[in-house]
Amino acid sequence: MAQTLLQVEDLHTQFFTSRGVVRAVDGITFHVDAGETLGVVGESGCGKTMTALSILRLVPDPGKITSGRILFRGKEVTKMTDEEIRDFRGNDVAMIFQDPMTSLNPVTKIGRQIEEAMTAHERFTETLARGRVIELLKRVRVPAAESRVKDYPHQFSGGMRQRAMIAMGLSNEPSLLIADEPTTALDVTVQAQIIQLMKQLNRELGTAMMLITHNMALVASLCQRVIVMYAGRIVEEGPVEQIFNSPQHPYTWSLLRSVPRVDEARKDRLVSIRGLPPDLSNPPPGCKFHPRCPFVIDKCRTDPEPSLSEVGVNQVARCWVLMRNVTDEGVEAAKASALSKDAAAKLKAPVLEVEGDAGR
Amino acid sequence: MRGALLPPQLTAITSTRAGSLTIFIVRRILWMVPILFFVILITFTLMHLAPGSPWDKAGGRQLSDTVVNNLNIRYGLNKPVPQQFLLYISSVVHFDFGLSYQYQGKTVSGLLLESWPYTATIGVLAFLLIIPVGVGLGVLAALRQNTRVDYITMGFATVAASFPNFVIGALMVVALSVLAYKATGGNFFLPAAGFGVDDHLIMPVVTLALLPIAYTARLTRASTLETIRQDFVRTAWAKGLPERLVVIRHILKNSLIPVVTTLGPTFAFLVTGSVIVETVFSIPGIGRAFVVAIESRDYPMILGTTVLFSLVIAVANLIVDVAYVFIDPRVRLT
Repeated sequence: MAQTLLQVEDLHTQFFTSRGVVRAVDGITFHVDAGETLGVVGESGCGKTMTALSILRLVPDPGKITSGRILFRGKEVTKMTDEEIRDFRGNDVAMIFQDPMTSLNPVTKIGRQIEEAMTAHERFTETLARGRVIELLKRVRVPAAESRVKDYPHQFSGGMRQRAMIAMGLSNEPSLLIADEPTTALDVTVQAQIIQLMKQLNRELGTAMMLITHNMALVASLCQRVIVMYAGRIVEEGPVEQIFNSPQHPYTWSLLRSVPRVDEARKDRLVSIRGLPPDLSNPPPGCKFHPRCPFVIDKCRTDPEPSLSEVGVNQVARCWVLMRNVTDEGVEAAKASALSKDAAAKLKAPVLEVEGDAGR
Repeated sequence: MRGALLPPQLTAITSTRAGSLTIFIVRRILWMVPILFFVILITFTLMHLAPGSPWDKAGGRQLSDTVVNNLNIRYGLNKPVPQQFLLYISSVVHFDFGLSYQYQGKTVSGLLLESWPYTATIGVLAFLLIIPVGVGLGVLAALRQNTRVDYITMGFATVAASFPNFVIGALMVVALSVLAYKATGGNFFLPAAGFGVDDHLIMPVVTLALLPIAYTARLTRASTLETIRQDFVRTAWAKGLPERLVVIRHILKNSLIPVVTTLGPTFAFLVTGSVIVETVFSIPGIGRAFVVAIESRDYPMILGTTVLFSLVIAVANLIVDVAYVFIDPRVRLT
């Protein structure tokens, strides 16, 4: 058994707004082992980013961690002093943010921004840090690193900025790197390079990674274990192959169905998840996914939300129905119901018909 | 494109950062010539369109037509206005701003050199007060948003911005000169008027600085609050930087950029003198001299003062534009 690096227990992060309390993270328990790569997936606004920010205690106002425990190597993060949390950030756990275009200080040189990430902690002296900046930029494949350290962010392209962010995150060799949508803002070829890079770094340095994304392909290529979040809760968790091959929660199934695949030919239509994620200040009763679930039964609406139950080896899901109990006809019906009758008919009809002689 | 039109030596200069900065400054200074020309043209036109003549109130009585005629001939006012304008321009080119009408035998340059130092001293001191106090209060209010510090600071800024400065000046005279004199039996008080010793400067400088301090504080607060919410500030916290560095290097370095923009016009406003402040505290400064010159249609004095003010404003704006290059690497000079 690998050593547990991060243990999050029953974490609640809430936002106190004029519209009421928004439960962004609503009782989450999970762990990250040393050296492993954990994927956290879910739609926008399901609490992925807030979970990550809670770990670093960087939840923005008016948000607050209201209860729960965050243990890093057994030390309680929520009870750290200001100085302890400062030294913890970037040193033990580093985070790479979503948008490389806005996440770098526009008026400070790239090299300086990476350097200060190191000098903020005791591990590197100023001279040592300065030399390491170039080494780090080379490692994340920034060409001409020696001269580019003197550049400002606006002189870097999006992909280069994301590399600089990764270099910054890795600069202190943290035990855990949280990457929040690290490739979303980038074009596809750059995405592939960044993924390769992260894979390699994970292998070479043994850095554990928590990858927050809604990109299923990214999870498949990088992660060993996956957590699926919905409305601030974990709805399914398990090893990546099992989640992809036999998802048990209808939400996981729907997420996977909504990703286009080349190998399954084009026989299947892409299925979108109907409706919108619930308002977290006023979530629906029972299972929070039931208003959008294609396999909903009465129990989902009336009974309190089910707990996470064992559905496979190391796989848990929070559902009364479970996909293995759904018949093939049920699945087909669900796929069909995702499209309105009109839309389905339209899709079957030809887009353009030409009649008559080819006028010669 | 432009580089291709320049001789090779110049192209080499423009390709360096310092070179392009020098060219930018030189070009802006050259631009001041047409700007000043039009400022003089407009002032000259307005001045002559205004009713009345320089001799209406001279000596406190009506002058005879012969005397007026002689005066007009002496100062060239009998010539057609366009010709007067051209004559004025040609003398300005030789840095000759003419003789004042109201102060016989004194040159405009001499009068400006006499009165402007008083105004400039107060203006520069007020400016030096605005930067730490205005910016400081704004930053403090932003960092302690929605606390008592924030409310008190912004309350002060609102009051300071709402009160006319002749009221503030008069209130200060009452409190710090009259009442303080009575209360301490003459041991401590600030002089209510005049100019000479350092004590004389305190109240005018504070009165003059209050309004710009209020504006600067509000602007700084708004700009800092906006910066605090930026993604790169979150990045700075996530790196584990100490608060001091996050505030100075990441928040202030960005949030003060718009504040610097306003400091140029503020400086120009301060050193061109406030008639009100100079009147309340009886300071023989340029603000009052300007108003008196307009009232008595002292044409050369009006023009001379306008040219000086225009130069001050143009130079202040140039300094801000150059300062931008050093505080914001994204700014490119064109």
